[in-house]
Amino acid sequence: MLCTEYFYVTFRKYLVLGGVTVFAAAGDTMLSHGMKQTGAVSIHHLQSLIAALLNPWVAIGILLLLAFFAAYMNALSWADLTYVLPATSLGYVLLALIARFALHEQVSPMRWLGIALISGGVGFVAGGPALTKQHHQEEHSDFPSSRAELKRGEAASADPVRAIPGGAER
Amino acid sequence: MKHLYTWSGILIVVFFTVVGDIVMARAMKQVGDMHELWRRSGLWTIVGRVLSNANFYLGVTAMAVAFFSLLFALSWGDVSLVAPAAASLTVIGNSFAAKIFLHEKVDRRRWLAATLVAAGVALLAG
Repeated sequence: MLCTEYFYVTFRKYLVLGGVTVFAAAGDTMLSHGMKQTGAVSIHHLQSLIAALLNPWVAIGILLLLAFFAAYMNALSWADLTYVLPATSLGYVLLALIARFALHEQVSPMRWLGIALISGGVGFVAGGPALTKQHHQEEHSDFPSSRAELKRGEAASADPVRAIPGGAER
Repeated sequence: MKHLYTWSGILIVVFFTVVGDIVMARAMKQVGDMHELWRRSGLWTIVGRVLSNANFYLGVTAMAVAFFSLLFALSWGDVSLVAPAAASLTVIGNSFAAKIFLHEKVDRRRWLAATLVAAGVALLAG
């Protein structure tokens, strides 16, 4: 049971993955909106860079991208890179949906196909375990049970299908 | 000749993005589960462990290089080719690199997912 708990992506972790998706999409949108207002930035006109940074859209966009980075680092601390990356791509889907339903832009059939493919890919990954390799941490001596827990986790991760959250072991 | 410039630009972007992601993923695994750390010793322990990790700085550097090389690649080729091609190849490249360097078990499920996402990103941004 402990083992299933260890692999189970808890609600708080889903929140972090949601943060990765939403912050990336929102940050990119704000940034591109702001940059279109300020115009092109070049190395020869550093004043234009400062002007861009003072634009509120750009500033909020940068803050959101920092939030994205924090959430991304958090997610990578407990999940595989190949598990987190599809969550990042879900941001593109979010952007297309916002474009269609909030901004009432036309979304072409090709883009709908793209949305379907990304969503399918995310669904595949989300159905499997978040972590497939245990990394050794030094600071487990104060938690005597955790080593045994890690060992059992390794055994379960060898069979990804059995390690599905809420699977046979719970 | 223009194609050669565009595609080498794309490959440079993909290379540095993959290096950045892989090194950052390794750094965060060395830091340890942040939720666990938070429960046990709080925010400042996490901040301290991240800032004292050499791979973290390496990862940030590679990501910064990737970002600026994307800006250059965009000036060499069309946005409608460079952006989706780079994003899509990064997904595939990361799956290979995660298997080789991070020893993640990239099983059929994850390959399928990576392929679907790469195709979807290419279609969306195109």
